[in-house]
Amino acid sequence: MNTLKVKIWRGTETGEFQSYEVPRLESQTVLDVVTYVQRRLDPSLAYRFACRVGVCGSCAMSVNGVSRWTCRTHVSKVAQDGSLEIAPLRNLPVIRDLATDMSEFFDKWAKARGQFTGSKTRKDDFAAVNPESKERKRVDAAIECIGCGVCYSSCEVVTWKPDYLGPAALSRAWTLVNDVRDVAQKERLAAVAGDAGCHACHTHLNCTERCPKGISPTAGIAGLKRAILSATLKGEM
Amino acid sequence: MNTRSQVLLWGAQRISAMLLAVCVIVHLITIIYAVRNGLSASEILGRTRGSVAWGGFYALFVMAVAVHAPIGVRNICAEFGWRGRGVDVLMFVLALTLAMWGLRAVWAVVS
Amino acid sequence: MVHRVSGVALTLFLPLHFWALGNALHGEAKLENFLRWSDQPLVKCAEFVLVLLLAAHMAGGLRLLMLEFMDWHSVGDLQKTLLAGAAGASLVVGLLFLLNLL
Repeated sequence: MNTLKVKIWRGTETGEFQSYEVPRLESQTVLDVVTYVQRRLDPSLAYRFACRVGVCGSCAMSVNGVSRWTCRTHVSKVAQDGSLEIAPLRNLPVIRDLATDMSEFFDKWAKARGQFTGSKTRKDDFAAVNPESKERKRVDAAIECIGCGVCYSSCEVVTWKPDYLGPAALSRAWTLVNDVRDVAQKERLAAVAGDAGCHACHTHLNCTERCPKGISPTAGIAGLKRAILSATLKGEM
Repeated sequence: MNTRSQVLLWGAQRISAMLLAVCVIVHLITIIYAVRNGLSASEILGRTRGSVAWGGFYALFVMAVAVHAPIGVRNICAEFGWRGRGVDVLMFVLALTLAMWGLRAVWAVVS
Repeated sequence: MVHRVSGVALTLFLPLHFWALGNALHGEAKLENFLRWSDQPLVKCAEFVLVLLLAAHMAGGLRLLMLEFMDWHSVGDLQKTLLAGAAGASLVVGLLFLLNLL
């Protein structure tokens, strides 16, 4: 039977790659491989997954050096000479093996004012938003984010500047900046401006290239930069 | 440095960049045109002396550079972990130096 | 990376450039002297590098400005086109300079 040589990171921030041999199957995903190792070879392996079909965003790992959803990545697409190297996501503290601590990632969403702030109550009528409007279309372009952390893990600026808010949080802020119902715009722009915010982005586009949802955080970040500049020139910041 | 200043610096760098893009294109064409038969002082000065157009162009070019370069260097310093008042003052000095030396050079070839 | 290195190098070169032109303050002959000094092959070589750096920095800068100020929705291959365009344009400028020089 065909076998696959798999190296998997074991340990925390310090540790080493351990080698396993896994039977090669047709239509096998990287998540299938990790699951096989945990069920059949070494039950102490820690990793995270839930839906297995690209909805939940919890199984992202670094496969042969590239951050991906393991559930939606076929082995045939990424295996090099029948071997795989699977590591936890970059730019995040490792809890154990393939599981990372994502709290800082999500804290940055909150810091970038990723919460919707409305002004209406349940007694008001529905807000009418034209689906053809420029703002609504911009929201559409970025709304499908499921917070998997692939972009954050691929971003070199996050590596250099650990306090940088990162592509996902800024992209979320951009969808809210374009939400005509939101009333906390000034505070949001102030929260994402500056050297730790959108102005740190170098437009390397790693996030855009890697996003499994085809979102371009770089486009949103560029939009934030423009919005902030015009707000500053108008004296609103 | 507060966020507002950071944003203004960013804006200043982008606006100076747009100016520079035009200036550099003109500059590159001039360079390529000027080196055809080798450079000579009389050729250069013949082109620039007494010319308000060249004088204005180079003065604008120098000012844009003086704005653009120190902001860029400041960003690089920041990413290498060197930030704070000291760097900002140094960058201001760099901007002034570039502007003064540059304008002196423009004056030299135009007057 | 190219953008940073070329930016710093150009900033370092500028004072020298301004100083050289400032020579004209002391008369045409002084500038002529400097230009003759710059005819050495090594200096010519350095000039070629500088022109290339300038072109590369400008092309890279244009790429950045387009990404930041145009309201694009899907990058697709735009980014790669821009990068290739930037590299190509700077090479063309460098070669033109070389050809004219020789």
